[in-house]
Amino acid sequence: MNRLTWAFADGWTVTRREVTHWTANPGGLVAGLLFPVMVLLLFAYLLGGGIEVPGGDYREFLMPGMFAMTMVFGLEGTFTAISTDVTKGVTDRFRSLPMASSAVVSGRAAADLLTTVLSLAVLIVSGLAIGWRAHNGFGDALAAVGLLLWLRFALLWTGIWLGLKIRNPEAVMALQILVWPIAFLSNAITSPATMPGWLGVIADWNPLSSTAAATRELFGNPGWANDTWAAAHALELALVWPLVITAIFAPLSVRAYRNLSR
Amino acid sequence: MPYGTLYGMTYTIEARGLVKRYGDRAALDGFDLTVPEGTVHGLLGPNGAGKTTAVRVLTTLLRPDEGLARVAGFDVTRDGAEVRRHIGLVGQHAALDEALSGRANLEMFGRLSHLRPKAAARRAGELLDRFGLGDTGRKAVKHYSGGMRRRLDLAAGLILSPPVMFLDEPTTGLDPRGRAEVWAAVRALVADGTTVLLTTQYLEEADQLAHRISVVNEGRQVAEGTPEELKKTVGGDRVEIVVHDPADLPAAAALLGPDAETDPDTRRVSAPAPDRMATLTAVVNDLAAGGIAADDVAIRRPTLDEVFLHLTRSAA
Repeated sequence: MNRLTWAFADGWTVTRREVTHWTANPGGLVAGLLFPVMVLLLFAYLLGGGIEVPGGDYREFLMPGMFAMTMVFGLEGTFTAISTDVTKGVTDRFRSLPMASSAVVSGRAAADLLTTVLSLAVLIVSGLAIGWRAHNGFGDALAAVGLLLWLRFALLWTGIWLGLKIRNPEAVMALQILVWPIAFLSNAITSPATMPGWLGVIADWNPLSSTAAATRELFGNPGWANDTWAAAHALELALVWPLVITAIFAPLSVRAYRNLSR
Repeated sequence: MPYGTLYGMTYTIEARGLVKRYGDRAALDGFDLTVPEGTVHGLLGPNGAGKTTAVRVLTTLLRPDEGLARVAGFDVTRDGAEVRRHIGLVGQHAALDEALSGRANLEMFGRLSHLRPKAAARRAGELLDRFGLGDTGRKAVKHYSGGMRRRLDLAAGLILSPPVMFLDEPTTGLDPRGRAEVWAAVRALVADGTTVLLTTQYLEEADQLAHRISVVNEGRQVAEGTPEELKKTVGGDRVEIVVHDPADLPAAAALLGPDAETDPDTRRVSAPAPDRMATLTAVVNDLAAGGIAADDVAIRRPTLDEVFLHLTRSAA
């Protein structure tokens, strides 16, 4: 086998490690998959009753927001896995083996995308069960899923970079908490127009909002009429934001990985 | 002089003038090392002496700022990939996937060492049996004892039967039983002809396992030799008498001559014993002739602890 095939084979071995984790600890997998469902049910049934969406049902509005939010929550899994491997010395062991060094990152990326697909599937089924529908046909629905995975792919690099940079457990904890306000400061569960002015602007420009709004369009789900530029160009931004995030964090991650030998 | 040989000897591990700086602190400050093939070499030194940094440079995990190093004939900075094909590393932490079983860990590292799936599975089975972990089944590593983890960690470093093994403080944090298990495993390695570089803070460990020892302090080697040679640097053997009755201490000291040292607390008198057995025989006869009752008479060699304290103190 040549270098390239080994790079794929090694990446696949690292990905398979994650799959083995699922079978070794199915409870952890189920808990991870059910967490977004729990958040969904909280908003759909406990808080959603008080929210009126013009021209539609709150749950129809909520689902794309939940999908996008789940992409952001996935960030936490990536950086926790990476920083655990670094602090436990597993990364050093990988680096002392004659394996392709790219596999450490590509294997993690593939594993996390696999987890995300699974998580999305569970959430889609839950959404269908509570009355959410994709109204614009299969092609548009697939495009929406594509946009969601595109955001998740970009956040992978953020997670990898954070995992390589942040070592101490307190900082990891702080980051896990910080993911929440970032996820809520968006149009995922309510309209940014209801927020205080400047907060609303941030929420409007949050990459999560762009992806949520774009998938609402593609799924044919209702949203608040919002005349801001960011809201009007959600589809474009949903493509551009992840590109920008990747362009920033992918090189940073590569550099942080190289710097492990400094 | 061709690199890799010195005075006609071939070295499996060779380092010349390694320097590694972090800010204005030098973790390695002109570090030299030579380890002949098939031997166990101990790096002995206090915390922060540079032992781990040296191992990380030699295993290609860290790039040195200056200096040269070769392992198994390959330059660590230019031929890193080749070096990695010839070494096994067991670091300070048990670098294992806690959620997986021992077998799954070994199979994964075997696959990443580019063994075919069947070969990786076979090798995992062999190593589990060899390290007494054959009956752990699907138990996750997080439920292993400290000694079991360490043995599995060693096994993971041995997947490719590497000719050179690096063990960085392999018994730190283990109880005496775990330590004995690891020692036995290291001895088995040496019997197979593996070259081993071992770092340790435990002098007893270096004394037990290493053919030669480098004492490391402040990023450089301050002494090198066999354990016996190092002990001789602190002073020769001494004869030691423990008298039964403290009242006999002056008489016993008189027997040993002008260099005798007396320690009343332990009822002990000692003096240099340059002729070892001859000195011992003479002392025993003199004690009998003088009617002095002794609880113990022995030739005592300085311990590595004394060597260590002596060397690291004089270097500081």
